[in-house]
Amino acid sequence: MRKSQLIPGMFGIFILTVILLASILAPVLAPYEPNAIHMAGTLMPPCASHIMGTDLLGRDIFSRILYGGRSSILLALAATIVSMLAGMTVGTFAGYYGGVFDDIVLIFMNVFQGLPGTSLMIAIAGILGPSFESLMIALVLTSWTGFARIVRTETLRLKEENFIQGLKCLGVSSQGIIWKHIVPNLKGNTMVLFATRIGRSILSISGLSFLGLGIQPPDPDWSVMLNDARMNFRSAPYLIMAPGICLVLLLLGINLVGDMLRDLTDNKTGEAGGY
Amino acid sequence: MLKFVVKRCVSVVPILMGVSLLAFGLGLLTPGDPAAMALSRDGVSEVTPELLEAKREELGLNDSGFVQYIRWARKAVCGDLGRSYSDNTQVSGEFMRRLPVTLQLAFCSLFLVGIFGTLLGVFSAAFVNRIPDHSMKFFTNLLMAIPSFWLAILLIIIFGEKLKILPTNGVGGFRYLILPSVSLASANIAMTQRLMRSSMLTEFGKQYILAADAKGIKKSWLLFNHAFPNALLPVVTMLGNYLGGILGGSVIIENLFSLPGIGSYVLDAIHARDYPVIQGYVLFTGLIYTVVSLAVDLICAWLNPKIRLGGIR
Repeated sequence: MRKSQLIPGMFGIFILTVILLASILAPVLAPYEPNAIHMAGTLMPPCASHIMGTDLLGRDIFSRILYGGRSSILLALAATIVSMLAGMTVGTFAGYYGGVFDDIVLIFMNVFQGLPGTSLMIAIAGILGPSFESLMIALVLTSWTGFARIVRTETLRLKEENFIQGLKCLGVSSQGIIWKHIVPNLKGNTMVLFATRIGRSILSISGLSFLGLGIQPPDPDWSVMLNDARMNFRSAPYLIMAPGICLVLLLLGINLVGDMLRDLTDNKTGEAGGY
Repeated sequence: MLKFVVKRCVSVVPILMGVSLLAFGLGLLTPGDPAAMALSRDGVSEVTPELLEAKREELGLNDSGFVQYIRWARKAVCGDLGRSYSDNTQVSGEFMRRLPVTLQLAFCSLFLVGIFGTLLGVFSAAFVNRIPDHSMKFFTNLLMAIPSFWLAILLIIIFGEKLKILPTNGVGGFRYLILPSVSLASANIAMTQRLMRSSMLTEFGKQYILAADAKGIKKSWLLFNHAFPNALLPVVTMLGNYLGGILGGSVIIENLFSLPGIGSYVLDAIHARDYPVIQGYVLFTGLIYTVVSLAVDLICAWLNPKIRLGGIR
């Protein structure tokens, strides 16, 4: 692996660092309250006092941008970690023990993958009503299978490896083998999938929020800002530029880091086709 | 081949059953009393406990969950998904009426994905690890990072507002589908491009390419007539998968471009808390997705002589 191949990945890390710092330091950096309504100065184009302009209710867009990544990033992280843990647990046990449990897990995986994820997510969020919990449920239900499938396949392969067979002969318990020897070996694959999935989750959250089914106004969130701008973007395009570019940069950063992880772990079976 | 077809068709049955269970289960999750909702749909303003009890009995809500599921599934098989809470129309009828719009949109974007994804993939593979390939890698990363709805808004501003060359809402011929399908297709084009590239590279590594190359066959001929058809197969398999994403994504896009497809139907239903429609939507998209995946699998099997002539499985 040549050093020059790491440049896009480093660029991705740089973008993510800037976005994370801006989100964490938002209370310090923001020149205005993100939700402060100021009816005297609505829909102001970018100017000296409001560098990104103001929205329909006179709220400062720059301040809202700084706060805007927080909810989606935290939610995506939480949902992906939960799906990873669920998927890994189910996947390792199904792969290691096989038998009836494995058959049942396979049926469940096929059912969940037999449904278009986004449609299911929209339906769940729609039925349960917009809230943090329903978003979590929708995200976890649609993404645990990805982890479970890859972990199961990997466990099936590892189980037949000589070192595992050897450990068995030495009388190591199944629990010991799973936790000490199989799980650590799953690191590379799951790390790459984790990066891909975080990106997917953020895309899903932003799509749902844009439809009004995810993060709710007046929460300052990039997708909510885009949704708020729907009536006015034709006359005031600057309303949609900043939040959209932030979303794209966040996702681009995640994708670039994911690519780098894939190259580093030499994983050729990633969901994005494996570069 | 026949054995493969039968096996693949049978494997769909448990999936469809699971999907229907899931759709039914979503109905049980609904907050609020379905009987009360049904009463308000029928225009009863004074809800008494007796009326509620009678309605529950009529809707069969007092039976066990299993009995309810069997009854619901039996009706669903006959194409009866119940009536909408908001306007009392047949849910399945409305779905069928709106389906063509969504399918047109979905297949237009799949077409774009197929053409541009594969061609750009071949382009990358032809220049592997050189500047065009690296730029293409960055470009696809960027495409995958652009949310479809934001791209759609940008396209509306550029082509609808500034240049005024394409219509941005409603239906009425092919021109109306261009912007929505481009917005839906872009991220999938990027994913297909990557898959096509790696699939081409896998082919490049095989012996027959080496042999053909050694015989002095022209590089471009090698690329398009030897590697391309073989590399296409895994990509075609994935196209079925992308349909799922496109069907889900069409909810947002139909909403933005005011297209009267099943996506905008379910969105209206969500805002109106119209549960039978949401339930029907899950079942319906699950069915479309499963059937199309099955069809794609069978087509791939037929295209692949190893399976067609009964070598594998």
